[in-house]
Amino acid sequence: MSKAGKGHYTIQIKNMEKYFAKVQALGDINFTVAKNEIVGLIGDNGAGKSTLIKIITGVFPPTSGQLLLNGRVINFKTYNVKRAHELGIETVYQDKSLGELQALWRNFFIGRQITGRFGFINVKKEKEIARQIMQNMIGFRGAGITVDSRASTLSGGERQGIAIGRAMHFDASLIVLDEPTAALSLKEVRKVLNFVHKLKENGKSCIYISHDIQDVYEISDRFVVLDRGRIVADISKMEITLKQLNEFLLEYAHGKKE
Amino acid sequence: MNNLKKENVFLKQLGNAKAVPVMLVLFLQFVCFLIFAPKVFSGYRIYMSFFQTVPPQLVLALGLTLVITAGEIDLSFASVVAFSGFVFSYVFRATGLAFPALFCALASGALVGVINGVLIARLRVPSIMATLASNFFWGGLTVLLCGGLNWSIKEIRNTFLHTLFVGRIGGIFPAQALWGVGLAVLLWFILNRHRFGESILFIGDNTDVARVMGINVENTKIILFTVNGIIASFAAVLLTLEITNFYTTQGQGFLLPVMAAVFIGGTSISGGEGTIVGTFFGMYIIGSLEAGVVSTGIGGYWVRLTTGLVMAASVIINVNIKSRGKKIIDTIKDSVFFKAFKKE
Repeated sequence: MSKAGKGHYTIQIKNMEKYFAKVQALGDINFTVAKNEIVGLIGDNGAGKSTLIKIITGVFPPTSGQLLLNGRVINFKTYNVKRAHELGIETVYQDKSLGELQALWRNFFIGRQITGRFGFINVKKEKEIARQIMQNMIGFRGAGITVDSRASTLSGGERQGIAIGRAMHFDASLIVLDEPTAALSLKEVRKVLNFVHKLKENGKSCIYISHDIQDVYEISDRFVVLDRGRIVADISKMEITLKQLNEFLLEYAHGKKE
Repeated sequence: MNNLKKENVFLKQLGNAKAVPVMLVLFLQFVCFLIFAPKVFSGYRIYMSFFQTVPPQLVLALGLTLVITAGEIDLSFASVVAFSGFVFSYVFRATGLAFPALFCALASGALVGVINGVLIARLRVPSIMATLASNFFWGGLTVLLCGGLNWSIKEIRNTFLHTLFVGRIGGIFPAQALWGVGLAVLLWFILNRHRFGESILFIGDNTDVARVMGINVENTKIILFTVNGIIASFAAVLLTLEITNFYTTQGQGFLLPVMAAVFIGGTSISGGEGTIVGTFFGMYIIGSLEAGVVSTGIGGYWVRLTTGLVMAASVIINVNIKSRGKKIIDTIKDSVFFKAFKKE
């Protein structure tokens, strides 16, 4: 990936704060995701993970601070979920990624259909592209699964694969994976992790959120630990082993207790 | 080889088609009619009378299919049939012009629909409550405005509009049946091949998914209810033209048969999937029952009972074919005949 011209970072957050009424949810946040980097975001419930993610994906604006996407400053007055999509930020959620009863080809293009005259959908073209995404981008080899299959016939891991493939196709520069493996069996988690590896191979940047430290360790290049609205650690994978990371987090949990 | 592939696709589509069971029920129903009332059902007249009476209800059912697919319900269409019929007759009597009357009638349906949509999408009133209230309100307003009187609009027989919508093609075939088919084709394309239809499918399936994928859920719902209002007022025009009469309670009897037709057609009550083709045949099942049962000679008292039986039977067949349809298709594929065909 060329790093020239657009700067080294996919996303940069500078001195961000977020208050809900008078309660500080985030403070003094300085956070970056480099090009083709997967950042694991770790933190307890209420640490501010989802607040940070919602700011990045355009659900609500911060109280203060700057967000830069590919080196360009985001104007929060006009920033929303749709704008975030246009700027190449895609989110894969735990459970609201796909319409269960709908065919996969519809799920790929919902909200961004390929349409001809009068808004009618070019079904042939959509199916063709959906087929390509499934075969080439995410290497989908599920038995008997075609673009006409309903999402409900897929396993949890396969569904996340479809959502990830969709994000790849729409040329996202940053893909936020918000606990994509929660409520999945071990085998399915494996599948999702393989899909995330594909993301990396395709040169995408990711923020990966999960409660499972082992998964986060495997998948990420860097770990950012959030606690009570502040970043308490920002460690590269080079500097720490899984054991050390686990110990660090445990210490932290104990430290909080005292 | 190419032929074989086509066969496969055809079988597959047959297996996936939600409308197959309901077509089967309609077919069986007419076989029964032919057996028990051969005199009536071997002639063409009875069929022409179905094509004359069913279309207004069919139009209502087609619109309602879209609303139910979106996971909502619209109970106000019954009163739109009265209200828009009133507006249509009023404007025609006042001006003597048919097309302005048509326009005003459709506009009145749109008005009812917009108000429904705003109540549901913006004020967050559950659709069953909003449209029930709306059904009472517009029905009541119609009675007030017309002073409880029925109006005859016989003069409309001489207009082009009458010929266009409810004329007899070749002196026999009711034009409204073609309008019903035309609307069904149009709405099939809207639901299955248009951006708007896809939004409806996803909203009915899971509103959260629709929202995060960038669909404007509120606006889509308002448009949907408006469209349904317009469709209902079109049904009102067809009915009023056919009987060249406006009566204050017209449409009130349609509420339950129309809803039944949508559900026995195979549209899911929980939203996210709907079938226009199923509704089409479902409406003809319901619409032909009364006349059919009466003409078998067992008497009019049996009509309601039979309707109940047919409804239950259709839904049972529907549910079972849905779950076992794939198996049946596989059996056909594995059958000797098909294998022999494959070798060729």
